[in-house]
Formats: sequence, C-alpha cells, structure tokens
Amino acid sequence: MSSPALMTSPNQAAATAAPGAAIPPSRPEFSARAARWFRLNQDRLRALLIGTASLIAFLITWHLLTTYRVVFFVKFTNVPAPLAVYASFTKAIHDPKFLMHILLSCRRIFIGFSLAALVGVPLGLIMGRFKLVHEIVFPVAEVLRPIPAIAWVPMAIMLWPTNEQSIVFITFLGSFFPILVNTLHGMTLVDPVLVRAAKCLGARETSIFREVYFPASLPHIFTGLTVGMGVAWVSLIAAEMISGQFGIGYFTWEAYSLVQYADIALGMIAIGVLGLGSSLVIRAAGQLVMPWRSR
Amino acid sequence: MSHAALETRQGHIEVRNFALSYETIDGAVEAVTDTQIHVAPGEFVSIVGPSGCGKSTLLNAVAGFLKPTCGIVTVDGNAVTGPSAERGMVFQQYSLFPWKTVRENVEFGLKMRGMPKFERARAARTLLGLAGLEAFENHYPERLSGGMKQRVGIVRALATGPKVLLLDEPFGALDAQTRIIMQQILTNMWQRLKISVLFVTHDIDEAIFLSDRVYCMTARPGSIKAEIQIPLERPRQQAMMMSSEFLALRRGLMSLIREESLKAMGGEITDLGMQGLSIELQGHSIADIL
Repeated sequence: MSSPALMTSPNQAAATAAPGAAIPPSRPEFSARAARWFRLNQDRLRALLIGTASLIAFLITWHLLTTYRVVFFVKFTNVPAPLAVYASFTKAIHDPKFLMHILLSCRRIFIGFSLAALVGVPLGLIMGRFKLVHEIVFPVAEVLRPIPAIAWVPMAIMLWPTNEQSIVFITFLGSFFPILVNTLHGMTLVDPVLVRAAKCLGARETSIFREVYFPASLPHIFTGLTVGMGVAWVSLIAAEMISGQFGIGYFTWEAYSLVQYADIALGMIAIGVLGLGSSLVIRAAGQLVMPWRSR
Repeated sequence: MSHAALETRQGHIEVRNFALSYETIDGAVEAVTDTQIHVAPGEFVSIVGPSGCGKSTLLNAVAGFLKPTCGIVTVDGNAVTGPSAERGMVFQQYSLFPWKTVRENVEFGLKMRGMPKFERARAARTLLGLAGLEAFENHYPERLSGGMKQRVGIVRALATGPKVLLLDEPFGALDAQTRIIMQQILTNMWQRLKISVLFVTHDIDEAIFLSDRVYCMTARPGSIKAEIQIPLERPRQQAMMMSSEFLALRRGLMSLIREESLKAMGGEITDLGMQGLSIELQGHSIADIL
C-alpha cells in the first residue's frame, strides 16, 4: 500500500489502489504535519504525560499506605483502599439514592449560585456606577463579608421555614460576596479613556453602561463567578453535613456515622469531581461570552 | 457627509479668553491661562509645547471633557458643553474597545446614532477599505499592530462624519517609520474630507509637516507663546523635510520650545552652568556629551 514508489506519485497510487480502498493522503505531507503538531503541542503533551504519571503515583501510594495500614503520625488503619472505593463506586452508580444525593446537591448549587450571580453582578455593576448606592451598600457588605457562610447555619435555620431553603441560602451567601466584590473591582478598573472614547462617539449613559462598563468588567465578573462557585460548594457541603437529610455532603457524613468508610472517600471524590465540573462549566461560559480573550 | 462639509464650510473652532485651573489642597493650580486659538473650517492646526504645558488640557476642553474655568469654547458658534459625536477624537493610547472587532469599533458611532445593522456594517466596510484594513475587519484590536490600531482609531472617529477631528498625540506611541506613514495617511484623509483638525503633539517635525498653522505654548501655566504659519505647499512630500524652508521653520520652533522646556524644568540650567559640570564619563565631561 505505502511503498516508496507509490508515495512519490499520488496519481499512480490512485490508479493502482484497489477499488473501494481509501486512497492514502500523500503520506509524507501527513507525517510532516504530525511532526509539526507534536512540536507545537510539546508542552501540553508533556504536562499531560507527567500529570497522568503523577495521578497514578498518587493512587499507588494510597494503595500501599492502606494495604500496609501505615501508622506514622497519621493512621491509615481505617482508611479505605482505592479498590474498595472503586467497588463502592460501582455499587453506588446503580443506587438511585446515591444519584439522588448528587442531583439534590447540584440543584442546591444551581439555585443558590444562580441567585447569587443574578443579584451580585447587577448590584456590583450599579455600585460601581452610582456612588450613592456604593456608599449605602458597601459598609453593610463589608461587615457581613468576613462571616463564613457556615457561621450562618444556625441563623439560616431560624430565618427560613424549610431546611432546603436554609441550605440554598447558605450556598447563596457563600458565592454572593466573591461575585459582588469582583464585579465591583472590575468596575473600578474600567479604563476611563474608553468611556471618553464612547462619549466622543455619541454614546449616552445606558449605552456606555452596556457597551463599555459591562464588557470591560466581564473578566473580573468571571473571576468572581469562579471563586464564588468554589465557595458555594464549600458552604453547601458544610451546610449539608450539619443540617441536611440529603445531598452529597450528608452522604459523606452519614457514611462516617454508619462506619462505611469506603463511602467517605467516594463522597469526597464525588464532591471534588462536581466542583471541578462546575468550574469548567463557568470557564467554558466565560470563553463563550468573551471571545476576544481566547486566542 | 464630506459634501455637506464642503458646501457649508462647517467646523469653525473658537477658543476665547480660555483659562482652566484645578482645585488642590494648596489652592487653585492654573493649567492653562489667557488662551485664544481658532481653527478655520477645513484647516489643519497643531499645538506644540513642552510636556505638561496644558496642550492636552486645552484639547480635552474642546472635546468637552473639561469645563473652562473662564472663557468659552465654541464650534460654529455653539458653545461646547460636553462631548459629542460632532467632535471626533483620536487618543494616544488608541482606546479601541478590546471586546469589539475592528468593524464593530468603527460601527460604534453609527450604532449610537441608531443606524440599522446592515447599513452601518456596509459603511464601516467602506471606510475600512479606504484605510486598507478590510482584511482585518473581524480581528480583535489586540491582534493588530500599533499603526493598524491607530488607523482604526482614526477611521472610527471619522465614521460619524464629525465637523472637527481632535487628535491627542496620536502617533506618540508609534515607531518612527510607522509614524511617517501614519502622517501621510492622516494628510490624505484630511484632504479628502476637508475636515477641520486640531492636532496636539510634542514632535516639532510632525507639527510642521502636517499643519497649516502651529500654535506654540508656554510652560505651565500654558498660554500661546507664538502662532506660526506653515507656508509649505501641498500636497506635502517627505522630501520637503530636508528643504531649507522646513529647516528654518524647525529652527524657529525649536528655539521657542527649548526656552519653554528649560523654564518647565526649573529654568536654572544655562549653557554656562552646563560647562561648569566636570563629571568625567569615560574621559568625556557631561558638557561634551550634551
């Protein structure tokens, strides 16, 4: 098929190729392209390779520490082995209750985080634009901001009629402040020359807001959303562990109470994967909304 | 739009008894004082002066961003009260919207005016074609060179058909070669559109090469020190920069600016003082090097 004689003459190759067989695209060019692709993506391939190796090393270490029940300051006596966790994972994915825990946590994140974004972003934009609103809202925000969302748990239980609502509220609070603060920060960094340029081109207040302030703040808004999403998960898991009856945080805590140690690690890994997935969603959304920033 | 400008000869800028001061803790600081300038319809006028003399302040007042402390700025008899699309502005830092493509940047003024999408896209394409940028219409500004960015900046300012064009050291950030090309492009556009131009620069050659008339400002507080007619014929060629006429104008402006620059630096450095310096640098004294 690919003898040197055929490669040098594609026409001949086409003529002699068996009918129906795919004609190989001129091979030398293809391999040159492949070589170039490897050269251009060298760094990424390297990172991928080392990353995979490092993950495997982590799993092997985990496996060794647990099979030999190492006790060296920390005790691995009761820590589940990776294979045990995998076994409980294969069991859990067929268990509707486990899936329900995950879905419920995702729903809480979705509602709490979306509300935080829907309130935090516009409020930050308005605070950045109108001094009076800033002067009124900022002191209150500064007082409430340092309070960790977890510290709100008792108060939230008192404030909201149902447990579900109080957990969503905790999630909301966790993501709200990073979103608000970063949006506001983005607004203060808008280049005043761009605002002047817009004014010179006949833009009025609302157009300047829409065409300059908002897009100029978007990178910081997305920083806020990314950070906010992280804190939302932290807050959610804590709230679920304290006051939940459902959710992946509750699942993890319940596993400890029921002495199902493999499920503890499963819960933790599930939380990690969900957190990673949701920040990837936000990053993808950011690239979609800000095409000028992706190369 | 160029036809309208031709027929009615619009774009007469008039700055009278102008002064502008800033409020500081130590009291008011005068940036510009007792200044009168004017730009006739279709005229190209430059303002040169030492750095910090208030030439940009003056331009920003004409644009409508700063209010004069006293005096008045008018365009065609109407007092300037704020920025408007009738006074196009080009900034040194290009100030293109990074989130808009080249074409969207050019369309911006037309969009603000409410022109339908299809029409303004066509208008922007035509203008970009004139500036040799049609191949880049869908690029984001970040990917353009400095000269291309500033061409977009100029085209964007001209897209709405303003009566006057204000430029604040537009080529200051460009390298010498690009700057010369940009000067040529600006001259061509100006001649085609017959628009009035007020151009701020600290580059004397640039001011002479481009302008019909040059105002030279004093050190802070800035005022007009001299007004120089540039009688060089048009169209201007690069070769003119070597002519004796050009060089004579250059020498004259140089000495005016030099005087003011020294004043701005404290006014104490004199040639005598320089010779008094005897610090050795690789065997040469500073006076030799200077």
